[in-house]
Amino acid sequence: MDKFRMIFQFFQSNQESFMNGICGIMALASTQMYSAFDFNCPCLPHYNLAYGLGILLVPPFILFLLGFVLNNNISMLAEEWRRPQGQRGKDPAVLRYMFCSMAQRAMIAPAVWVSVTLLDGKCITCAFCTSVPVETLGNASHPHLSQGEIQRVLARIPCKEIYNGQQLIANEVAVRYLRCISQALGWCFVLLMTTLAFLVRSLRPCFSQAAFLKSRYWSHYIDIERKLFDETCAEHARSFAKVCIQQFFEGMSTDLVAARCHLPRKAPADAGEAAEKLLGITDRGTMNMALKSWHRCKPPLHLHPPALPTGNGWAGEGQPPMHPSVPRRETAAYFSCV
Amino acid sequence: MDRFRMIFQYFQSNSESVMNGICGLLALASVKMYTSFDFSCPCLPQYNMAYGLGIMFVPPVILFLCGLILNRQSLVMLEEWRRPQGRRKKDPAVIRYMCSSIMQRAMVAPVVWIVVTLLDGKCLICAFSGSLDPEKFVGFANVSTVQAQQLLAKVPCKDDELMRNNTSRKAVSRYLRCWSQALGWSILLILIIAAFLARWLRPCFNQATLLQARHWSNYIDIEQKIFEETCCEHSRLFAHKCILHFFESMRQEIKLHSCSLPGEGEGAEGEEDLLQGITDQDQVNKLLKTWYYEKPPLDVSQATQR
Repeated sequence: MDKFRMIFQFFQSNQESFMNGICGIMALASTQMYSAFDFNCPCLPHYNLAYGLGILLVPPFILFLLGFVLNNNISMLAEEWRRPQGQRGKDPAVLRYMFCSMAQRAMIAPAVWVSVTLLDGKCITCAFCTSVPVETLGNASHPHLSQGEIQRVLARIPCKEIYNGQQLIANEVAVRYLRCISQALGWCFVLLMTTLAFLVRSLRPCFSQAAFLKSRYWSHYIDIERKLFDETCAEHARSFAKVCIQQFFEGMSTDLVAARCHLPRKAPADAGEAAEKLLGITDRGTMNMALKSWHRCKPPLHLHPPALPTGNGWAGEGQPPMHPSVPRRETAAYFSCV
Repeated sequence: MDRFRMIFQYFQSNSESVMNGICGLLALASVKMYTSFDFSCPCLPQYNMAYGLGIMFVPPVILFLCGLILNRQSLVMLEEWRRPQGRRKKDPAVIRYMCSSIMQRAMVAPVVWIVVTLLDGKCLICAFSGSLDPEKFVGFANVSTVQAQQLLAKVPCKDDELMRNNTSRKAVSRYLRCWSQALGWSILLILIIAAFLARWLRPCFNQATLLQARHWSNYIDIEQKIFEETCCEHSRLFAHKCILHFFESMRQEIKLHSCSLPGEGEGAEGEEDLLQGITDQDQVNKLLKTWYYEKPPLDVSQATQR
């Protein structure tokens, strides 16, 4: 699995590689979707065109938008676009670069769908079967059929089992004709897309390569900065939570000592770190009170500075100077009622 | 299994990733459930619609509830919503953010089920074959209304003897399937446009408030996890102390009863120390019986003040 791990790390290494990975997965997913989709031509005169063109064009549009939705850079782009200028100038070239790179990647899955659909041929056969040139391919002089009837018969070409126009035009002939046109269109489309991609890649260095390098660098920078900011905030939240909980337990144990009027004698240093870790809570009642207090009266999101350690190692001896005494007294009264 | 471990670690790296992972798994599970479910239309006039619409709407509700249940954040959100204010103010923006992120993730699997159902077509054919106008289809045009209803209701059942080689059945089936697939693709299109607009336009409104709400909702989640870990650590130490205290008191009781020679002093050897003074079968049996009949109280305050 070393190979897989290397590939995974390669794709994770930066946002662009990651997006290339997603883009590849979506292209594969679009071929899979096409083969899993059960194409079902309605074989009715006006419905065929709508259905065929719908299947040809709507899923690519969905895949295109999905390519944008799955790309995290889109919110980054919108954020960068809408943020107030502040102390950092905005560079429209960077925004343009980000948008173009997103759009290029999002175009791949739709292009794959359209190519696969055209090369397969079912959509075009369904959509244009009523436009088959009956004069050249079939027997146009077949008598006594109105235009509407002919349309209805031709509409059934994709549905072999209900086709009843064998005298008008042979089913295989029509299907082969339509399929041939569809595949020709498909190959032309693939050629066009590939040529465009080739031109974009090879001609780009001829135009403002320096500006391009600059935009690419700053767009990566914005992405990395945002990720680092999120990680830093998460680290900060973790440390904040640890200190908040520690101070909650210290506050609880100090209150209990005050409420029970015990001598403020905490365990001597050698009874150990086990006693310290018990956070002053040594029986069931106290623990229940701690849990109830956690739910009923969560500590404020305001950490007081840690008191300096005194001679015997007991950190909690002095009351923290900035903490107002009034709430503490109220809390003690609450506990003694309970 | 290295591959799974890496994928697992990637998803575990933060709680949003975990939720995205669960959401994706539920979506895959819903597709798998649909493909393995054996759809069997009753082909009777009154039952078809109930069965078809039931299969289309009841599993999504179940999947939605599963999505809410499996998401740890829903409990965190409920707790934050219902807790008394105490010394910490409550911020409705945070609760709204958590609620909307939970709902969005829980909606994915039901939507996948509905879209797959519509694209497949069986449910709609079953539910609406009896509601079609028989005049439109050649094979059903010239029969009485009641018979037409019964025939139309049998359309979803390909193997029924009346329907086996009926071309009109195929025409009805194709017609309904076409509508079903068109509806499925339209729903998918509308949802994707909505998701796209939401992602694109969100930074235009209140981005600063959103960043704050997101930070504090992560904070609440992390704080709850760390509190649980702290309580777990505490209970492990508490139990350790409690049990040591129990063994100590048993040792003293045995010393009292057996009046043993004062041979053991402070200089007891390491091994005897570990045995806690319980050195024969009777003593062990007594200890075990006492542990069952008279568990020690949940109070180690004397133990820590020794």
